[in-house]
Amino acid sequence: MVKIISIGMNHETAPLALRECLAPEADSDRHVLAAMRNMEAIREGLFLSTCNRVEALFTTEDPDQAKKAILTILSELGRIPEERLSASLYTYEDLDAVRHIFTVASSLDSMVVGEPQILGQIKSAYAKAVKEKTSGVILNRLMHKAFHVAKRVRTETGICSSAVSISYAAVELAKKIFHLLKGKKVLLIGAGEMAELAARHLIANGVESISVANRTFERAVQIAKAFDGLPVSFDEIPQQILDADIVITSTASKEFVISHSMVKNLLKKRRNRPLFFIDIAVPRDVEPTVNNLNNVYLYDIDDLRGVIELNMNQRQQEAVKAERIISEEVIKFGKWLKTLKVVPTIISLRNKAETIVQAEIKKSSTALSDLTPAQRQVIEILSRSIVQKVLSDPILFLKGKSDRSTLDLYLDMTRRLFSLDIDGDNT
Amino acid sequence: MTSIWFNIALFFELLATGGFIIYIIKQEKWVFRCSYWILTAGLVFHTIFLVYRYSILGVFPVLDLKSAFSFFAWAVIVVYLLLNVKFQLMVLGSFVAPFAAFLMLISYTIPGMEGPVKPIFKSLWLSIHVSTIFIGNAFLAIAFLASIMYLIQERHIKKKHFGSFYSRLPSLATLDRINHYAILYGFPFLTAGMITGSIYAQYALGRYWQWDPKEVWSLISWLLYAALLHERLAAGWQGRKAAVMSIACFLVLVFTFLGANLLVGGYHSFSALGAR
Repeated sequence: MVKIISIGMNHETAPLALRECLAPEADSDRHVLAAMRNMEAIREGLFLSTCNRVEALFTTEDPDQAKKAILTILSELGRIPEERLSASLYTYEDLDAVRHIFTVASSLDSMVVGEPQILGQIKSAYAKAVKEKTSGVILNRLMHKAFHVAKRVRTETGICSSAVSISYAAVELAKKIFHLLKGKKVLLIGAGEMAELAARHLIANGVESISVANRTFERAVQIAKAFDGLPVSFDEIPQQILDADIVITSTASKEFVISHSMVKNLLKKRRNRPLFFIDIAVPRDVEPTVNNLNNVYLYDIDDLRGVIELNMNQRQQEAVKAERIISEEVIKFGKWLKTLKVVPTIISLRNKAETIVQAEIKKSSTALSDLTPAQRQVIEILSRSIVQKVLSDPILFLKGKSDRSTLDLYLDMTRRLFSLDIDGDNT
Repeated sequence: MTSIWFNIALFFELLATGGFIIYIIKQEKWVFRCSYWILTAGLVFHTIFLVYRYSILGVFPVLDLKSAFSFFAWAVIVVYLLLNVKFQLMVLGSFVAPFAAFLMLISYTIPGMEGPVKPIFKSLWLSIHVSTIFIGNAFLAIAFLASIMYLIQERHIKKKHFGSFYSRLPSLATLDRINHYAILYGFPFLTAGMITGSIYAQYALGRYWQWDPKEVWSLISWLLYAALLHERLAAGWQGRKAAVMSIACFLVLVFTFLGANLLVGGYHSFSALGAR
């Protein structure tokens, strides 16, 4: 029996350092797919690799062998010892794997729940699998269903539209202050996953340019490159705040990096343009009294969490809805999977019938030689439709039993009744 | 003077107010669209009423407090519908419609004055004076409403307490822009109204300016708005300060309209106008 298995790691199971080792590189996908194709144990395979997630989805008839093979492929890819890797991996099988891939595609398993990129990433991973011919009947159907589920979750629930994460909350707040983020400037001080994610979200929402300041200029250059931004030195911060609209701080500094008096002195030169500080650092980087200044808004990490809690209730309701959609679709897919088991028997049944029809027509060919070709054709059609009518009830019966536990019994009986296996029909 | 047209207009404006209040609670777009058209229908009847009054009196129907309130309500609705074309800000209606309906209700409850109009009032200058002043006031009233919305929204964001208004009110930038443009457009009307008024005074009373309390208070409001506009354009004032100032200016304007009439007296007061 074919099993669907998903092995992978995400932002929850694996630390950043480990995920970085497996970060997507130019040709790594193709490499992994080729390795999967060469594995005897793996029938169909798909490989997904993003900044926050690595996922190998495959079907196999030999689960243990296949799992071992995947672990080896991943550990070679990331040059990580297998023991260290396997501690951070999760494994889902069969319908759990189906549910998992539906959840991932719907962006419910993302670090920023509801973020739209993941669906695109899965689509391109699937396209690669198709191109490398590692995808077959089951994965084709599974992936198309996953896209379908993702679309349903997007349109039928509000999970993608409400502020569900800290960086999303920051963007929503920025919109409540600036209305449009188009043409706004962001200053990113320090580094950190959350701050970079917030910056990325702001850019996705139309922010025009981004400057990156860091204690070590080299690091600033490095981060700025990822955002197509401008690296600046730490001493330039006041000058940069003059032009910025949104400042994200995330340094490891123990003292305030931005003081009340520093901002106060800048306000007049900024001609009172609104200024939005997002302080993600712990301990904080921006002096809290900055919030008291006119047209200056300061949110630290706890404030942002407060914004999220505002949406928590609504979000939970929406999550319940999304879960329901996914469950529905998992059940549908499960039904389809079970019909797969019936398919070989039905095919052999039909093959056998067809062989008999052909043999009998051949036998009578001399007797039928006086007939015109048209008449002969009528006889062929007649004999085929009689056979089909006779087989139609048994086939319907088998399909109807496809999700029953007694299925194997009926399959076995059918094969014996029609002596399907003796014919050498190797399905 | 309560005519059938007035009652129909009042009915529609109250209905629109109800609709706009439902809109701000339910946030359904079709509710807004219905309310918007009901308000427009109310405006049409209101206009018919004003034209009808004009044809009877032969002068702009603003000579008593009752008519003045009704005309002010009309001007506010007109200005709101105009601004809506530019800003497409649906939630503003939920503040403007109740405001206009409130003015209409005041107009409905206070008694009007009937009788022939003094020939001195039958002047084109008076009509221009009054209509420009009221259009200007309507703009400034909307600036006032936008400022209140701004302060509510700003409080939500500053205090990090997100009440039910937070998601319903637009962004601070939008509200500030409406405040800015409403004053930018309203101020020239106010100025034109004061100039035409003084021309009319010269024509009717023989003097451009005679330190009547309403004249003085108008001048004070004008100076305050001029200062606000100057600070906005020259010093880049915006946000909270501008909103507070806009509210303060409007309160002075309201005092000019009501206080100078009811408390202080002078030739502008309706009792003086009514002595016809």
